[in-house]
Amino acid sequence: MTNHWRDIKNSDLILINGANPAEAHPVGFQWFMRAKLDPQRGPGNGGGAKIIHADPRFSRTSAVADIYLRIRTGTDVAYFGGLINYVLQHNLHHAEYVTHYTNASFIVKEGYGFTDGLFAAYDPEHRAYDTKAWGYELDEQGFAKRDMTLQHPRCVFQLMKQHYARYTPEMVSRITGIPQDDFLKVAQLVGQMGRPDKVMTIVYAVGLTHHTTGGQLIRSGAVLQLLLGNIGRPGGGMNAERGHANIQGNTDHAISWEILPGYLAIPSPGERTLDDYVREKAPKKLDPNAWNFFGTNYRKFMVSLLKAWYGDAATKENDFAFNYIPKPAGNSSWMSIYDQALKGKMEGVILSGMTATSIGPDSNQVLQALANLKWLVVMDAFPTTSSEFWHGPGMDPAKIQTEVFLLPCTHWIEKDGTFVNSGRWVQWKDQVIPPQGEARHDHWILADLFHRVKQLYEREGGAFPDPVMHLTMNYKDPLRPELDEIAQEINGKNLVTGKRLATFAALKDDGTTIAGDWIYTGHYPESGNLTKRREGVQDPQKNDPTGMGFYPNWAWSWPLNRRVMYNRASADLQGRPWDPKRPGIQWNGHRWVGDVPDYPPTMSPSDPKAWLPFIMTGEGTGRLFSSTMIDGPFPEHYEPVESPIENPLHPRVSSSPVAFLYDKAAGRPNRFGTAEEFPIIATTYRLTEHEHYITQQVPHLVQLQPEAFVELPEGLAREKGIKTGDMVRVRSKRGEIRVRAIVTRRLGQLDLGGTKVYQIGIPIHWGFVGVSAELFPEKSQHWLANSLTPFVGDANARTPEFKAFLVNVEKMA
Amino acid sequence: MATLTRRDFLKLTGVSVGTLALSELGFDLARAAEVRQTLRIAGATQSHSICPYCAVGCSLIAYTRKEPDGSVKLLQIEGDPDSPVNEGRLCPKGATAMQLATSNRRVEQPLYRAPGASSWQKVSWDFVLDKLARNIKATRDRTFVTTDAAGHVVNRCEGMAFAGGAAFSSEEGYFAVKVMRGLGVVFIEQQARV
Repeated sequence: MTNHWRDIKNSDLILINGANPAEAHPVGFQWFMRAKLDPQRGPGNGGGAKIIHADPRFSRTSAVADIYLRIRTGTDVAYFGGLINYVLQHNLHHAEYVTHYTNASFIVKEGYGFTDGLFAAYDPEHRAYDTKAWGYELDEQGFAKRDMTLQHPRCVFQLMKQHYARYTPEMVSRITGIPQDDFLKVAQLVGQMGRPDKVMTIVYAVGLTHHTTGGQLIRSGAVLQLLLGNIGRPGGGMNAERGHANIQGNTDHAISWEILPGYLAIPSPGERTLDDYVREKAPKKLDPNAWNFFGTNYRKFMVSLLKAWYGDAATKENDFAFNYIPKPAGNSSWMSIYDQALKGKMEGVILSGMTATSIGPDSNQVLQALANLKWLVVMDAFPTTSSEFWHGPGMDPAKIQTEVFLLPCTHWIEKDGTFVNSGRWVQWKDQVIPPQGEARHDHWILADLFHRVKQLYEREGGAFPDPVMHLTMNYKDPLRPELDEIAQEINGKNLVTGKRLATFAALKDDGTTIAGDWIYTGHYPESGNLTKRREGVQDPQKNDPTGMGFYPNWAWSWPLNRRVMYNRASADLQGRPWDPKRPGIQWNGHRWVGDVPDYPPTMSPSDPKAWLPFIMTGEGTGRLFSSTMIDGPFPEHYEPVESPIENPLHPRVSSSPVAFLYDKAAGRPNRFGTAEEFPIIATTYRLTEHEHYITQQVPHLVQLQPEAFVELPEGLAREKGIKTGDMVRVRSKRGEIRVRAIVTRRLGQLDLGGTKVYQIGIPIHWGFVGVSAELFPEKSQHWLANSLTPFVGDANARTPEFKAFLVNVEKMA
Repeated sequence: MATLTRRDFLKLTGVSVGTLALSELGFDLARAAEVRQTLRIAGATQSHSICPYCAVGCSLIAYTRKEPDGSVKLLQIEGDPDSPVNEGRLCPKGATAMQLATSNRRVEQPLYRAPGASSWQKVSWDFVLDKLARNIKATRDRTFVTTDAAGHVVNRCEGMAFAGGAAFSSEEGYFAVKVMRGLGVVFIEQQARV
């Protein structure tokens, strides 16, 4: 989230896409309701914030929304694109913000274009663009040329206007299935949010990310928010609801192939030195007034990380052990792991609190991949569909040569440390009870394993042992590091003074500082661990001095305890809040006050050299146009890989031209279905009573939701002769599930310019392990929702397309 | 009365006010205090936790008591009224967190399934850690690439993957990344993508 949960109460208009917070994040949803029930909030003269829910399924979120839009899954770019077009056509954007705080004025170099569904510089053989063709026109100093009148035909503003002119209400309706009248009602409300005294938030979840266009679905919302001047403001922003307790913290610390802690890129082959790496990876300064804070300090953050990991073995002479960091050959994300296993190239997989089988996508293919491994380790508190895969559906244990280890681990309440919520609030938790049975902490298991591997290398030698030998283990007991010690390492310190640092501004690139993750520097300064702070709503007057809900002394949020990111953009050029009733930060004549400023605290707005507001980007502005996405500088609607219709905008380039097709590339048979055989759109989701798969081990929750089911719209059920409670078979090209039907008006038919389609909904929670599975041992063999989902993902992030695929449904005898 | 918050109520019903008679609450607090004596959290130790499910980040209060045999018993988990995130509220999952915290369904010792075997074997920690250390070294040695086909130094281990951590404490996650990158692992993933 750019903002945070409590901040949603500051909004006038709440757009919810690809999310169902009332059911999936029910306690967070109280802040939506507080906005709705606050007469000060709302468009026009207030009267309460308005909630607009666009979702294939009418849920409890829709029930309290002011407008519910039944949208076809995966078409939110068309919806947001239509809103962008409406705002531009009616001149409703926030002009001062757009001119000065976005890259609207930047001039794009010649050669950029968009024709028949393809951006310039497409290579069909490799299904890839040369994204360098989408850059800015530069001056002699290497800065981007700008036209502050926004009239230049190649300035971003004009190109954007042209790009989205195709997204008319008619076209939006034809793609999304949303009736034009409903869309226009929403557009009129959204159009009021470009006023400085109004603010809108967009809230989303994996209903946007789980698509082959996932990154662009989110970018389309962000572009709309920039146009309306709503990024950086309390009550605004682009807010992702995370789905697990600590996805946020563990993304920040880079349990992710493409990054190192603090969102530093993993180096690529060919980057021989730190200089090469920084040159390739750090953002470039593109405007004289851009601070380019990230780019400018990239090297300091990287050197401080290398010093944290390699200590005395990281010296100026050896480029701070830069070559100890592995450089991947190519994409190494979730699906790539199983793709490699299917090719016989992956020997071992360690799954810690994560089950490959249930997650999929294409669980049947994932089961085959697991059976191809030499060894599999499952570290968990409970058995999972992965630890038990070898006797799962269709598996013959005698034929599976995979060695499987199930290591009992402690879970959240048996250890301390922090969880980071969706709003980046880093909150410490106590160890409440001791480990059950012989369970051990995951990090103690890894420390012990690492120690044993290191001993083997000491005794026997082997492949490049240096990084193993020199990895720092500066803990009181290297086999049992305390999380408090690790937190201090993450925070970092000055090696000369020995003192922990209070800000990442103190990090250096000369090897005299360490920081395991620069964005967390300051969470554990010399004064102590700030994530333990507890000054909350017991005393709002004292603990929330601005009244904006920041509660600065409750826990700590990264970076530097800032509650709203990009908050320089919450004030105008002179430093006055766009809306004095809802200030983020403001200039008091001497310094910025309010939230922790995302800006130098004493830099005057009247200083001719004052930095532009978005200090992290090379432009110094928000990006309406971006060459950092591999599938286009502007978000464009592409159909899901499995879709019942051709793309109305450009039928010849219907789905993403750059999404990576694993099976095709590996020479495996096609596993995508056609609309002729599988005419029904399916999507997946979670229920209030369950969380993915772990809750299959919690009896009370199983009692509340005991058995797998599929939700079917009434019309479809009538056509198929299906009644609530019937057993049905749902098939895709990849597999099938056999579950009970619930016939409901929550789902319905969509009219896509004359083509009528149905969408059905499948909760993801069930499998062949857990309390339900023990109650229904036969039935549970056919419950894996992800046996239906396609093995393809977002062009940029490779997030699988769990949320849009084709199936057929039939009543079982 | 109308402005009484849940927190005030908790304060009022705390030990120090046991002497109050008919209070502003409109009922006899002394009686209530007597009843409290039999509550299962009486005399318990209070700890702070965070809900382990979705990422709203609801604060929890956990009550434990040391049993005569020295063990620690978890008595109750409830929402923390001080939190600016949840203000004491919990959803069905958070409210049943007790059943996740202590469960007779837990795996309590290491299990090993040999190639081709049709059942688990209970084994010791030393057995699994030694065997796994051997596996990791063998895989690393077999699949480690120091220089790629183009002649670039890459120092990567291609044959093993690490995935997980959505329920790790952040510090554990950081440590896992440090260890895995130290081994040269490039296939690293967690729940954010899926």
